[in-house]
Amino acid sequence: MPTKRLARTISRYLLLVVIAAIVVFPLYVLFSGSLMTLKEISSIPPQLIPLHPVWKSYSEAFNTGNLGQYLAVSLGQSALITVGQVVTSISAAFAFAYIAFPFKRILFALMLATSMIPFEVTVIANLQTVHSLHVDETMQGLVIPFLATGFGIFLMRQAFMQIPKEMHEAAIIDGYGPWKYLWRVAVPLARPSVAALAVFGFLGAWNQYLWPLLETGNNTSIQTIQMGIRQVGGTISTANLTLAAGVIATAPLLVLLVFFQKHLIRSLTAGAVK
Amino acid sequence: MSARASLVPGGSVFRRRRDGWLGLALVLPALIIFAGFTYYPFFKNFQMGLFKAAPFPNLPSHYVGTAQFTTMLGSADFLDSVKSTVIYALITVPLGVIGGLVMAVLAHQKLRGIRIFRTIFSSSVVSSAAVAAVVFQVILSPQTGYLQALGIHLPDITSSPTWGLPAMALVSAWQFVGLAFIILTAGLQSLPDEIMEASRVDGATAWTRLWRITFPLLSPTIFFCGVVGVIFSLQSFGQIDIMIGTSGATYTHTNVLIYAIYRLLHVSQNTGLAACYSIALFVITLLVTLIQFRLLERRVHYAH
Repeated sequence: MPTKRLARTISRYLLLVVIAAIVVFPLYVLFSGSLMTLKEISSIPPQLIPLHPVWKSYSEAFNTGNLGQYLAVSLGQSALITVGQVVTSISAAFAFAYIAFPFKRILFALMLATSMIPFEVTVIANLQTVHSLHVDETMQGLVIPFLATGFGIFLMRQAFMQIPKEMHEAAIIDGYGPWKYLWRVAVPLARPSVAALAVFGFLGAWNQYLWPLLETGNNTSIQTIQMGIRQVGGTISTANLTLAAGVIATAPLLVLLVFFQKHLIRSLTAGAVK
Repeated sequence: MSARASLVPGGSVFRRRRDGWLGLALVLPALIIFAGFTYYPFFKNFQMGLFKAAPFPNLPSHYVGTAQFTTMLGSADFLDSVKSTVIYALITVPLGVIGGLVMAVLAHQKLRGIRIFRTIFSSSVVSSAAVAAVVFQVILSPQTGYLQALGIHLPDITSSPTWGLPAMALVSAWQFVGLAFIILTAGLQSLPDEIMEASRVDGATAWTRLWRITFPLLSPTIFFCGVVGVIFSLQSFGQIDIMIGTSGATYTHTNVLIYAIYRLLHVSQNTGLAACYSIALFVITLLVTLIQFRLLERRVHYAH
C-alpha cells in the first residue's frame, strides 16, 4: 500500500510539473532569450539554457533603445492612474455607502453601467476630446480618461458596506464627522480592498496598448514601455532587444503577482463567485 | 454578503443639511470622468455613424442617415471581420477555459508546495499583449528552433493566411489561461466541502466525483469564465498589431473588429465607418454579457 501511495503522489507532482512547464515556457523564453545572443536565440536545435549569459541586450536596450525613457513614462502613467482611481473610487464609494444625497440611485447605476462599455468602443471620440483639450501626445492625455472606474467604486462600496454598523455608531457618538470617519475608520478597515484596487489598476494601466498607441502619435518622448516594445519588436533580427525590454516590462508585474497575489486575486475574481 | 450588507440600513449615516452637497461633491470627480470619457464618446459614436466625414480635415461632415450602417452590414469587409472575430474567440476561449480548468483541478489538491504551482499557473495573467506577442513570435518563428525541435515545421506564421489568426489567438489564449485559472480556482474553493466529503464517503472515484459533482457545481463559474474570455478576446488588439507588425501580412484574415476599427481610424481616417464598427463591437459585447446575466439569474432561481 505505501508504495502505491508514493507512486500516486509522484505521478501527481509529475503532472503538475509538466503542466507548469508548458504554461511558464513563454515566460522562460522571455527571460532566457534576453540573456542570449541573437545567434543563440535562433540556433537549431534551440538552445534552452543560456550557457554563457550575456547582459549586453539590456545595456543596448537602455542605451540605443531608449528603454529608460519608456520605463519612466510607464511608471509615471501607471502611478498616476492608480492613485487617481483609488482616490475617485474611495470618494464616490464613501458617498454611495454612507451619505443620503439627491439622484443617488441613478448616479450609482450610471457609474456601474460604465463597466458595460469597453474602452475600445470609446476611443474615436476620446481622441477628438484630448485633441480639443490640447492634451494629445501628453502625459495628461494618457492618464485622464482612466481616472475613474465603475469597478473600483463597486469594490470600495462593498468594502465600506461590510464595516459593522456599530463602528459608525461609535464614531458618531465620539463626534466624528464624515471626513474624520472616512480617514480614521472606513479607509483603514477597507485596506485590503484598497490594495486590491491599486494592484488591479496598476496592472491594467501598465499593460495598456491601444490608447497609448493612438494618443501618443509620433511623440516618442511620451510613449510607454509597451510602445517601446512595439517599436523594436516585430522581427527576429532584434529579438534579443525585444526580449530584454519585455523582461523589464514584465518584472515589476511578476513582483506584484508574488507579493500581492492575494489582493490581485481578490480584484480579478470580484463578481466571479456569488 | 447580503446579510452583512444589510447591517448598514439605507446608507445614510451622516444626515445634516449640507450632506446632500457633500455627497454630490464626493461623486463629482468620477462623474466628470465618466461623462467626458465614457458616456460622451459612447453616444458620439451614434452621431458619427449618422454623419459622413469629409475627405479632407476641417471640412464639414454631412448627414447620411443610416447609410453608413447599412453599408457596413452589407459589406464583405465587415462580414470577414465578424468571421475573424468569431474564429479568434473560438480558439482563445475554449483553450483558455479548458486549460484553466485542468490547472485549477490539479492545483486544488492538498500537496506540499502547491502554492508555488498556483503562482506559476496564474503567472501569464501579468503578461501584457505586447510582451506575449513578441515572445510567441520568437517561439513560433521558423528562424528559431523551438517548434522544429517538436517536429513541427510551419511557414512564417504571421504572414500566412492560414496560420496568422490561430497564432494570434494562441497568444491571447496563453494570456487568458492565467486569468481563467484564477477565476476557476476561486470557484472551486467556494464549493461546499460537505458534498465533496459525502461523495468521498460514498466511495465515488476521483474521476466520477470530478464529472458528476465538481463540474456541475462549478458550471456557473465555468460559464462566467467563458464570458470573461469572450470579452478578453474581443478586446485583443496588441497581440494582432505586434504580430502583423512590419511583416506585411495580408490584413483580411486577421482583421478582427477591434483591428478593423484601428485601421479605419488610423489608416483610412474614416471616422464614420469606424464609429459604426465600434457600435457593432459594443453590441456583441453587450449580447455576451446579457446572456451571462440571464443564465446567472436562472441559476439563482434554481438555488431557491
